[in-house]
Amino acid sequence: MKPPILEMRRITKEFPGVKALDDVSFQVKKGEIHCLVGENGAGKSTLMKVLSGVYPHGEYAGEIVFEGEIQEFGSISDSEQAGIAIIYQELALIPDMAIFENIFLGHEIGNGFTINWNETVKRAGEMLEKVKLDVNPATKVKDLGVGKQQLVEIAKSLSRDVKLLILDEPTSALNEDDVENLFDLLRDIKDQGVTCVLITHKLKEVIEIADAVTVLRDGKTVCTLDAHEGEVSESVLIRHMVGREIEDIYPKRQHQIADEIVLEVNDWTAYDPNIGRTVFESVKFNLRKGEIVGFAGLMGSGRTELARSIFGNPDKYKTSGNVYIKGSKKNFRHPQESIAAGVAYVTEDRKKNGLILIQDVKQNITLANLKEIARRGVVDDNAEIKVATDYKDSLGIKTPSIEQKVENLSGGNQQKVSVAKWLYVQPEILILDEPTRGIDVGAKFEIYTIMNQLVEQGMSIIMVSSELPEILGMSDRVYIVSSGKITGEMPIEEATQENIMHMATLN
Amino acid sequence: MSFVKDIQKVLRQNIREYGMFIALFVIMAIFTITTKGIFISSRNISNLLNQTGYIAVLGVGMTLVIVIRHIDLSVGFLAGFLGAVAAIAMEFWGLPVYVVIPFALALGALAGSITAFLVAQMGIPAFVATLAGWLIYRGAILVVTEGTGTIIISSDAFNALGNGFIPDIPGLNFLPEVHKLTLLLGIITMILFVISEINSRRRKQAYNFEVLPMNVFTLKLVFASLVIAGITWVLSGYNGLSWTVVIVLIVVAIYHFVSTQTVLGRHIYAIGGNPEAAELSGVNVKKITYVVFSSMGMLSALSGMLFASRLQSATTTAGNLFELDAIAAAFVGGVSAAGGVGKVTGAIIGALVMMSLSSGMNLMGIGIAYQYMVRGAVLAAAVIFDVATRSTGK
Repeated sequence: MKPPILEMRRITKEFPGVKALDDVSFQVKKGEIHCLVGENGAGKSTLMKVLSGVYPHGEYAGEIVFEGEIQEFGSISDSEQAGIAIIYQELALIPDMAIFENIFLGHEIGNGFTINWNETVKRAGEMLEKVKLDVNPATKVKDLGVGKQQLVEIAKSLSRDVKLLILDEPTSALNEDDVENLFDLLRDIKDQGVTCVLITHKLKEVIEIADAVTVLRDGKTVCTLDAHEGEVSESVLIRHMVGREIEDIYPKRQHQIADEIVLEVNDWTAYDPNIGRTVFESVKFNLRKGEIVGFAGLMGSGRTELARSIFGNPDKYKTSGNVYIKGSKKNFRHPQESIAAGVAYVTEDRKKNGLILIQDVKQNITLANLKEIARRGVVDDNAEIKVATDYKDSLGIKTPSIEQKVENLSGGNQQKVSVAKWLYVQPEILILDEPTRGIDVGAKFEIYTIMNQLVEQGMSIIMVSSELPEILGMSDRVYIVSSGKITGEMPIEEATQENIMHMATLN
Repeated sequence: MSFVKDIQKVLRQNIREYGMFIALFVIMAIFTITTKGIFISSRNISNLLNQTGYIAVLGVGMTLVIVIRHIDLSVGFLAGFLGAVAAIAMEFWGLPVYVVIPFALALGALAGSITAFLVAQMGIPAFVATLAGWLIYRGAILVVTEGTGTIIISSDAFNALGNGFIPDIPGLNFLPEVHKLTLLLGIITMILFVISEINSRRRKQAYNFEVLPMNVFTLKLVFASLVIAGITWVLSGYNGLSWTVVIVLIVVAIYHFVSTQTVLGRHIYAIGGNPEAAELSGVNVKKITYVVFSSMGMLSALSGMLFASRLQSATTTAGNLFELDAIAAAFVGGVSAAGGVGKVTGAIIGALVMMSLSSGMNLMGIGIAYQYMVRGAVLAAAVIFDVATRSTGK
């Protein structure tokens, strides 16, 4: 029995009106990989913020014991001093700096006044070797893919003699190869004696890598399972997370796909003058009324670019080829024009470019279709509140009030607000880019149910997704995109994880 | 004591909004005491409001510019330049006032749209683009006043903008010391305010939305009515409402309405909150940028004319530092540098706070050097307050 490196005892943290953590206990043994799972809003991030000192000692009740001593972290630098490092979903690297500068940012090597760059570069090289990243340490971080950036981030933590490494949703932006690399690395540094806590939504990954799993639900610890005792399986975890067994997380739908083609794209090519390369080439696909078409592929394969080029081309790509909406040729120059033609696009990153976080739920829902509730340019407040209340009820958006700022909602509810905004423009074609990224199983199920209702009502949906089970569970037809080209198309009956992955890695 | 609790709760939830009113109130109270009542005298308040006018209109426009995450440094000398152009148009070209005013406003809007072209079309940071404007308009004032130096304005109608008062109702003999029309307008405003508040509360209740508890609501009505009554009484004790105040009130009313009730206003705040999300929601970011900068230019022209009218002349240094006063007014009024947050009514309060400080310290005989320092400290304090209360707001 290994001794615990970290013990959080009876942690309670309250926000005005909400108990985010209620008497949570959390124990991590030295040298293990410990997964922390739970639905959105279960309290995982809050718990980690308590641990890292974001919420300083005194703002929570309970105690933290790290390496046998009671800790009272007053700030993040205190916890870093003690050997705790957190790597967030949004990476904290400076894109325009070289790898070696990033790794030693904040603890530069030198005499305290000037920096010893030669030593820095040499040490950075050693760190990169440790994380098995074979690039020149002088490379700028912005020139690396997301997967490699994550490795740099880990190298940065290791350079500080980290004892406990916490990764928050590290795989949400990675493709399968990068995930494998990352996991190999985590096993490696585990052997070097570093303890890892992994926060994730992906249960398959939990089963693959975890030595132990702690499940949180509604701010309480549900249980801690030992993976080596054979207690952990996907259905067990889901049961603990939601308090019920989900038989099938993809709800069935009854619908008719009409023959009518609502969107047809031919020979569609886009060149991005900002980065100076062709983002996709000679793309051809179509979408029928009442159909969900999945776009599978790896990160960076050009699916998001494709969606955005059709949705008014906000990135100003130089395009050639034809886009037909219900048979008539379109050349959208602004999202405005696409919206008017009945196309809506739910962005992949709701925080970055989907929602106005500082505004409230109702303002976000009506933003794209204000003219509907305005007369001669004047917004009717009461009509707006009515619209927002209707969507809140019909989509089940959990918020204390429609006047709540969106930044205070959980990820799943934010996504519902995002979807509500686009439903309110009453589109015929709805493009969903990674519709369930970073949201929990329960909220996913609700999003899928909404999608089913929409196609049953005759809407057509394009779903861009990097999660193969989601593609297989929800699509009627699948296109596979790889390196800016469509490498395959198949009806759902023929699609399997294996043949999709095969086509997605062509080129 | 649920009443006290209700009030505490409402105050806590709206501390950001009420904070600057409280600050203004405190500042005025302090000066009233230290000047033994001279500060609150009708004559001084009337002067104070007239002096605030040309900064207040700039502050209103600046608020929207900052809300969409830009800045406009060129407004001061643009105001000075257009004031001089207006003077030249009247004195040398012989154009009548009713032509000159719209002409100057149009020129202002044009100047603003040039700034918008640089910012929205060419992608130049607003700070740089408007710094260039600052230099150019500064030069332009010197050019147009080169031959004559200060241009004296002879039009009485134009000079009334900055110095005149609305006429009184003729033939009324009671209360000889009081401006009756001002009093009447004040009472009408008070009644309209109460009616509109009650109506809006009733409409909200009809939809089952959250409203203020009845006792707090009543208190708010009584308090606001008292404030309106107080201002009315003080003003009607001197010459009544000045044309400057009337103009500022009209500008604020229009901008408040546009920014809170219209699609245009929503789009402005959406861009401020998240420009990329706004663009993807079908908001035309470029168009809105043009609208906001053009309005800023137009208000600069108005500010320049108010100032020229007040001095009854166009001078070579008109507009100096106006832009910084306007930016300070906007920040004291609660606009956030991160964009997307800030009310145009806040800018008026901000302008009043800054002007009250000058006026009060002048009356106390405090030197100009210390006045600058105090105003700087108040500006910093306002922004510190804003940052500190941001997380606790709803």
